[in-house]
Amino acid sequence: MPPKASVEQVREKAEILDGDGLRRAVTRIAHEIIERNGGAQDLVLVGIRRRGVPLALRLAKKIKEFEGIDPPVGALDITLYRDDLQTIAHQPVVSGTDVPCRIDDKIVVLVDDVLFTGRTVRAALDELIDLGRPKAIQLAVIVDRGHREIPIRADFVGKNVPTSRREVIMVNVEEIDGHDGVSIGEML
Amino acid sequence: MIGQRKDLLGLEDLMAEEIVSILDTARTFRDVLDRPIPKVPSLRGLTAANLFFEASTRTRLSFELAEKRLSADTVHFQTTGSSVSKGETLKDTARNIEAMGIHLVVIRHTAPGAPHYLARNLDAGVINAGDGTHEHPTQGLLDIYTMRERRGRIAGLRVAIIGDVTHSRVARSNIWGLTKLGASVTIAGPPTMIPAEVERFGVAVAKSVDEAIEGADVVNILRIQLERQRTILYPSLREYARVYGITSERLKRAKPDVTVMHPGPMNRGVEIAQDVADGEHSVILEQVTNGIAVRMAVLYLLAGHKAPGETAAETPAMEAKPTHGEPSLPPRR
Repeated sequence: MPPKASVEQVREKAEILDGDGLRRAVTRIAHEIIERNGGAQDLVLVGIRRRGVPLALRLAKKIKEFEGIDPPVGALDITLYRDDLQTIAHQPVVSGTDVPCRIDDKIVVLVDDVLFTGRTVRAALDELIDLGRPKAIQLAVIVDRGHREIPIRADFVGKNVPTSRREVIMVNVEEIDGHDGVSIGEML
Repeated sequence: MIGQRKDLLGLEDLMAEEIVSILDTARTFRDVLDRPIPKVPSLRGLTAANLFFEASTRTRLSFELAEKRLSADTVHFQTTGSSVSKGETLKDTARNIEAMGIHLVVIRHTAPGAPHYLARNLDAGVINAGDGTHEHPTQGLLDIYTMRERRGRIAGLRVAIIGDVTHSRVARSNIWGLTKLGASVTIAGPPTMIPAEVERFGVAVAKSVDEAIEGADVVNILRIQLERQRTILYPSLREYARVYGITSERLKRAKPDVTVMHPGPMNRGVEIAQDVADGEHSVILEQVTNGIAVRMAVLYLLAGHKAPGETAAETPAMEAKPTHGEPSLPPRR
């Protein structure tokens, strides 16, 4: 039962980051995570499905490169924690949360591609707290596009992109989309 | 698709893809049950009513736990001590309950078709938790879920169903579900307990239990249902145990790693020998745990139904992401 590919048609307007740009953003965020936490001890990276997961894996790879420590990587499916389950047309497909270790007393870095209203992150925070009691939770995103509806901010941002609500940010990752890059589009 | 359905009345009505989508969703909920806090907020604000017009322990508890693990509110109703004993009709009972603002109704009833009748008369979603000798879809789903987890697949599996097929709603739901997913099903039991022309369901009838078990991947043992028989269909329990009971000796004819199942409650020493019930092949308690996850999946999927005319409200967008390739999360509008 795959959900409909996309409700609105989107026209791509411009590329914000190419493959190299995305790689550099990930590299910088990895450095910032290490710097903020004084190393990579006790780190757990948790990607929000879907595109947060490959991004978390890339960050973990970089962190291992720089610090020699391989932080565990998990995947979070926030579907069951959404605040709009009663209002959307039918139940979304759930693909499962998979966090491979206990997160008690760890520093969890939540990873997602785009930060927009903040509702996805709110749902992810609720789910994380049901999984354990981390020492701290930090948020890393590739693009912060503004328009927050709840008081949430990112600790690590690849790029701030001011947008209008009609615009769409597309973060493409090789693992899912076949190529790397970030572009901005407009709903038609 | 199941997401557009209001009710789950039987596996006869479902398409193979719908069954698979329930089983896949159930796996996620099975993981939730292993978490430190085995609860998700998905059905917060919804109320489920469990109407049991017939005795039940594990099914009622299983549904209640499933509802609570999804954060739904639950109310219960049993025939004893209710207004049914004062002469109220099924429809009036249900309408009264609906007037109290209930979204999902789980019903067990001695009359086949009672859930279907409710489904036609209520806006609330209806889940059949066993209607007479007709169907028990969530038991069928949890059996199939357990088989798939244990054997890795359903298509091509050899499943033997042993016992009182005529009176068994569990058997009927198993047969519908398993044959739709491509398993080959053989049944065996006393001739008085095998329905006439059962081959039309796409199952084979074995002449003996030994023949049915030969080479089986799964042996699903049915309960002797003394309460559902109006006439005596076999001479004695001892004779039933001797001719149709599953013993470890008999089990040797099945595959060496055979999976042994029983929907419960067991009549130990009758349809299943002590050492088989507690033996290495038995997954009977696993079935019970899986039952909660399967019922969570069904409740979750049916809760998404919207009555015709009731349109989904415009929601503030979560991160809008057009999807490329096969998406696992729906578009967030």
